[in-house]
Amino acid sequence: MKTRKFLAFLAFSGILLASCSDDDDPDPVNEEEVITTMTVTLTPQGGGTAITLQTRDLDGDGPNAPVVTVSGELSANTTYNGVIVLLNETETPAENITEEVEEEDDEHQFFFTVGGGLNASIAYANFDGNNNPLGTEFTLTANDASTGTLAITLRHDLKKPNDGSLADAGGETDIAQTFNVVILP
Amino acid sequence: MRIPIALVLLVLFQIPAIAQQCQATLSGRVLDFHDQTPLAGATVLVLGQQKAALTDLDGRYRIEGLCEGDFEVELSHPQCLTLLYNLEIKGETRKDFEMEHHLEELEEVQVFGDILADQSKTGQEQRLSTRTLEDYSSASLGDALRTLSGVSSLNTGSNIVKPAIGGLTGSRVLILNDGVRMQDMEWGDEHAPNIDINSADQVSVVKGAAALKYAGDAIGGLVIIERERIAVKDSLYGKTLLNYVSNGRGGSASTELTRTFASGWYLNGQASYKKLGDREAPDYILSNTGMQEVGLSLHTGKRLLNQGWDLDYSFYRADIAVLRASHIGNIDDLIGSINSGEPSVVEPFTYDLGVPRQEVTHHLAKAGYYLRIKGLGKWTAQYDFQNNRRFEYDVRVGADRNKPAIDLELTTHTLMTDFTWDSSRDLKVMAGVLGRFQDNFANPDTGVRRLIPDYQKYDLGGFLTGEYRFGPDWLVEAGLRYDYNRIDAQKFYRTSRWEERGYDEDFADIVVEDLGTQLLTNPVLDFHNLSATAGARRQLDAHSELRANYAFAQRPPNPAELFSDGLHHSAARIELGDLRIGNETSHRVSLAYEREGDRWGLTLEPYLNHIQDFILLEPTGVEFTIRGAFPVWSYRQTDARLLGFDASGYYRWSAHWESQHRFSLVRGKELDQDVALINMPAPITRNTLIYRNPSWKGLEVGLESTYVFRQNEFPPNISVFSPSQQEEVVLEINTPPDAYHLLGLRAGMQFPLGKGLNLSSVLTVENLLNTRYREYLNRQRYFADDLGRNIILQLKLNY
Repeated sequence: MKTRKFLAFLAFSGILLASCSDDDDPDPVNEEEVITTMTVTLTPQGGGTAITLQTRDLDGDGPNAPVVTVSGELSANTTYNGVIVLLNETETPAENITEEVEEEDDEHQFFFTVGGGLNASIAYANFDGNNNPLGTEFTLTANDASTGTLAITLRHDLKKPNDGSLADAGGETDIAQTFNVVILP
Repeated sequence: MRIPIALVLLVLFQIPAIAQQCQATLSGRVLDFHDQTPLAGATVLVLGQQKAALTDLDGRYRIEGLCEGDFEVELSHPQCLTLLYNLEIKGETRKDFEMEHHLEELEEVQVFGDILADQSKTGQEQRLSTRTLEDYSSASLGDALRTLSGVSSLNTGSNIVKPAIGGLTGSRVLILNDGVRMQDMEWGDEHAPNIDINSADQVSVVKGAAALKYAGDAIGGLVIIERERIAVKDSLYGKTLLNYVSNGRGGSASTELTRTFASGWYLNGQASYKKLGDREAPDYILSNTGMQEVGLSLHTGKRLLNQGWDLDYSFYRADIAVLRASHIGNIDDLIGSINSGEPSVVEPFTYDLGVPRQEVTHHLAKAGYYLRIKGLGKWTAQYDFQNNRRFEYDVRVGADRNKPAIDLELTTHTLMTDFTWDSSRDLKVMAGVLGRFQDNFANPDTGVRRLIPDYQKYDLGGFLTGEYRFGPDWLVEAGLRYDYNRIDAQKFYRTSRWEERGYDEDFADIVVEDLGTQLLTNPVLDFHNLSATAGARRQLDAHSELRANYAFAQRPPNPAELFSDGLHHSAARIELGDLRIGNETSHRVSLAYEREGDRWGLTLEPYLNHIQDFILLEPTGVEFTIRGAFPVWSYRQTDARLLGFDASGYYRWSAHWESQHRFSLVRGKELDQDVALINMPAPITRNTLIYRNPSWKGLEVGLESTYVFRQNEFPPNISVFSPSQQEEVVLEINTPPDAYHLLGLRAGMQFPLGKGLNLSSVLTVENLLNTRYREYLNRQRYFADDLGRNIILQLKLNY
């Protein structure tokens, strides 16, 4: 009796193992809320060649670092109109994330940090419904010739209004990229 | 070998106390059920008449001066489980009894005193008392286990507590819940065992892989949770526990009811519920640290001496909020958190569970059968089914705000059977086989790349263990086990990661489909694991014994170690497994000296665990993304050596005063590089002074001091490039926090209410002085202080 029961158990387990396997290929996951590319276009107010600053990380959290490009030098004593475009290029066609940020403008804000001796200043050019800065549009005033960095940070779920510093704003970082910038005389 | 003192007193003093004119006698023999040899020293007690006798060397007994009628006879023996028989006593009554002279894990009879089966006869083993389990009724299993010397825990906050034995955790610590190996995604550091502490009646911890009948890969150890034994008699009993917890402004309730029948049937149901809001550190609210937990279990079956079966079902659900401040954006945020020493988000107290949050559900169903064959042994067979579902919610935006970032479903079927030959008094042999199928499904609807892939896993195992007693003092045991595992996974790799890892050269043949930026691969990995153990035990005298054990064990890598690949959003780290990781092999040598006397007791447990190809997870650098830089944690194999020492003891100063002492130390070292192993528990000493006065409503007051030393042995920190500072900075990710000292208080009283009702109340204060501290093995130590003062008021009603 013992043996028979044991054999029955074994047979049962065989059925169980066989019936559970499935060979369907799983679906790939295409990450939705990923920002792969930030392009900052700086157009001189008096007309002239626009300068672009771009960071592009097509493999997202993968091992490859973002590719950072700066198309040229800024000119001293010039004011530029800045426009930021965010894209998710893992999808085809690329998804424009800027629209999402502008729709949820009360939960987002760009921060601009000028460092390393760069003689420039930034002013916000667009605002959310509560008249707090958003920053997908801004103006950059290049003063005297200098070299330094411009760090651009996008945060969400942050404190608004804030004193303009990252520490006070808190929140979650969506983008943090530093560009090396040169202002020619 | 402990003879219940109460019984001895009963026998010695109560017999002369009753002298009536009843004339009947009861006599006969008590024999071993297995081999029919006489049992000497068994107590035959006629309940209701308080008359008893001990059996002589031939197993004979005789009780005179009994009144006639139907009585219950209780049969007990120091090495057997107590039995109850209904008997009609009339004139010269003769009755022979059979007792089971060996203790088993599946018991069908009433338990007496603390005669409990050891899971490993020669290894290091410790047991949690029912009282400790009840004291921690509003906490977690891991919290209760931590009271044992040599057991620590890897925490994520205070609600996620993952037990660690001898400095090892994760897949190296197996949890056996009522004979079922828990399959609840133990691979993740932030995955706590899915067990309601209120469903456990007895818990023992075996250090190292010394209990081969359960598993061979328990390089750290086993936590064995058992249910109470069911008495074969008509009875209805239960208990209810209510807890108020001040820190978290919540509490828990748990109730259990058991109905047993003389026919062997039983029915048991247990349910518990726990709710806590935000926990509090001494100086601030730990925002988003509340939790809610539901546990339910049902058991039924029929248990007789010769055969029996059980059906069990249990359900567990936990919703656990994870400290909001521990969700960080990138490495600059992490540097900021480590440097500021304060959580970045502190909000007013709430019961709401926000994000990050885990929602875990575990179903366990089991059917078991045993058959005892007279003069041969016992056969058991068991099937169990487990379903584990885990959602992890993260801080997300837009339409994904309420979507889980992780959605995994793990389903496991296990079939096992074993046979124990225990008919010989001196030799016991056990053999068994096991088959298991497991399926993991990672739901792609999360919109986040799978951290753990879809996989199917097949396990086959077999073991043979034996123990032999020679003479009254010596016991030797040995065992051998083999396990085969196959993992058949379907995993997507980012093409860039695939190349960065060098898989394009080593694993080109497993690519199924190229999707441009991603590759679908089909890794099929086979592992053969051998384990063996040998040990001896020597009884030194009535109170003390010495044990020595060697355990050889191999553990296959778990899915996280093999496949982990991606950003852990809530931990802000990129975790990388490696397909090339193979088995790790442990050689563990342990000694144990145990003395348990009336006045003092002492347990000394030194051990050496040499692990070849030890798999560890450590910070190795940073990777840059558009969101900034993230620390990378990679799995790696190396040879390691753990040297540890656990000690515990007690001294009874007087009838009222007792002190208890515990100390644990473990040193882990990586052998090739001569550096310390990461996440080794710091030395800890726990000392308790207890005052007892049974005549004052069972008053017991204990003052406990816990001192945790600073962990001075840790691997070096890493240096990373901080984008915001535009320079390399040292990330103090491995630096342990300072030593700390905590005081605790426990006071309990009992109030018998008559008719079998018993009310007891316990007041516990944890962190009495509201000390600010951080614990090295708490993964949230970078972000916030640990818990402040916590007052727990517990009411327990037994009926």
